[in-house]
Amino acid sequence: MANRKEPGTDLEPAAGNGLLHRRVFLGAGAMAGVLGAAGMAHAEPLTVPEWVTKPGKRPLPYTQPSPFEGKVQRTIPDQNPLYEPGSAAGRTPHQFLEGMVTPNGLHFEVTHNGVPDIDPDKHLLVIHGLVKRPLKFTVNSLLRYPLTSRFHFVECAGNSGALYGANPVKGTVQQLHGLLSGAEWTGVMLSTLLDEAGIDPKAQWLLAEGGDATGLTRSIPLAKAMDDVMIALYQNGERIRPNNGYPMRLLVPGFQGNMNIKWLRRIRLTEGPMQTRYETSRYSLLLADGKAAQYKLQLDAKSFITRPSPGYQMQGAGLYEISGLAWSGNGTVKQVEVSADGGKSWALAALSGPVLPKMLTRFRAPWKWDGGPAVLQSRVTDDTGYVQPTRDALLLARGAKAQYHFNGITTFQVAAGGEVSHVYA
Amino acid sequence: MSTRSLIAALLLALPAAAAESPHLGEPITEADIASWNLDIAPDGAGLPAGRGAAAQGEAIYTEKCAVCHGFDGVGTPADALVGDQKLLATPKGVKTVGSYWPYATIIFDYTRRAMPLNNPQTLTNDEVYALTAYILKLNGIIGDKDVMNAKSLPRVKMPNRDGFTQIYPGNLK
Repeated sequence: MANRKEPGTDLEPAAGNGLLHRRVFLGAGAMAGVLGAAGMAHAEPLTVPEWVTKPGKRPLPYTQPSPFEGKVQRTIPDQNPLYEPGSAAGRTPHQFLEGMVTPNGLHFEVTHNGVPDIDPDKHLLVIHGLVKRPLKFTVNSLLRYPLTSRFHFVECAGNSGALYGANPVKGTVQQLHGLLSGAEWTGVMLSTLLDEAGIDPKAQWLLAEGGDATGLTRSIPLAKAMDDVMIALYQNGERIRPNNGYPMRLLVPGFQGNMNIKWLRRIRLTEGPMQTRYETSRYSLLLADGKAAQYKLQLDAKSFITRPSPGYQMQGAGLYEISGLAWSGNGTVKQVEVSADGGKSWALAALSGPVLPKMLTRFRAPWKWDGGPAVLQSRVTDDTGYVQPTRDALLLARGAKAQYHFNGITTFQVAAGGEVSHVYA
Repeated sequence: MSTRSLIAALLLALPAAAAESPHLGEPITEADIASWNLDIAPDGAGLPAGRGAAAQGEAIYTEKCAVCHGFDGVGTPADALVGDQKLLATPKGVKTVGSYWPYATIIFDYTRRAMPLNNPQTLTNDEVYALTAYILKLNGIIGDKDVMNAKSLPRVKMPNRDGFTQIYPGNLK
């Protein structure tokens, strides 16, 4: 290794206002040196904690996070405090999480009329419409099919929608971008079941329906269904939880979250899209000229910084790691750049592998904060060459009433005192 | 589909295609699915027998819908049902059934499967037709006496019928 100099002296600037070359992470010596020196400055005799002098608790059948992590919760909007029938959402607290996989208890959800308690022995999946043989499947029978496991993000098309607004919402990344999660999904490829039913050549789309008290229906292109759509039964190794669709949900990688039908009970092959309520009145983009963009299904590349982010308090000048998430519904993250001067200059972030298609990618970049004001941004480029646009460019193209598919650059201001807040660039 | 994504799709599909499927699907008939299949297509396919007009709809609406959607469909706490399509391009524009929805059949489909939220799938087909007629009347789209049924409902032209552009399989700028 070439890093033999005094710790901290070989940190190579990569962009303005303290951004360092991501090589810092490749030569581990530099980072460890700086952090180690800081630690030693506070050295004092160690005390013996009580938990080494008496036995701990017995193992639980199903464990919970440490009680000291009690703040790590999904937010539930307080617009419906009595939980009356209707829509509700739980948002992923990305400001507290690391890596690329969202724990199951923290995966986001949007429900439209509550979470049903479905008895898997009474649940059926029906495939009908333009097929040669309409079929029904029990949950147990699907569990006998060849299973496939894949990592994919799910993002509500309304995620980050507040950023279309005229004023920046003073919220955390959970409030701004929390309708997004990533998981390992295991299930039966839909193409396997459609082949079994026999596809009528007239079929070009399918309608998928959920078995909850909304009976939510969405039209999905058949080409997509045959490509990579899965009937997911497991999430991160365990059976999908009720709020995410138990006993099964549709997984439509990279497309609007609303299409990933939970509590899936019916698939009907059709010639064209069915123009359901959730693909007309919702999840269409009202553009500035009053026309609506409908069936804009792919979620374009997007990224945001999770740390430092609003709610985080900087702890004095020095070396920090900027951490964040990037993803693309059109492919794989190719690169992420970060800026500490509001987009004037950019440094390449390190991508923490594996970097997978239509999955969250964790990025990290070393930053030497000088204690003064800074404006942090991230910008992703995917393997189609698409570059995440600025908020201004997105609003110019779509107007401010599009509501859905906001994927512009997010900006966080770090004040001289170390407070972090959401601003517009 | 580009050649590249076609190759990617084929590669991804390979393991599943290679795996033997146990073929555990059991035959079912469309007649047996009928109680689940509440889909109404924009051309009216799927609409059941029955009929209703605005006057009957108003009475049902007052009893079962107004608590969420407000009297006369003005909204609060749930979505407004009445609105002006001509305002969509202006800052005052609001997406409502009347101003935004492209097909009248969607009102029947969604109301029958999901409304009212505290008691979905309890309305009779006549009641759904009557409610649909009332919502259309509130928006000035049909008259007070116009009867909605499987023939007349698909013929109703919504003000924003031509307001949508299909993006897929392309993408938005």
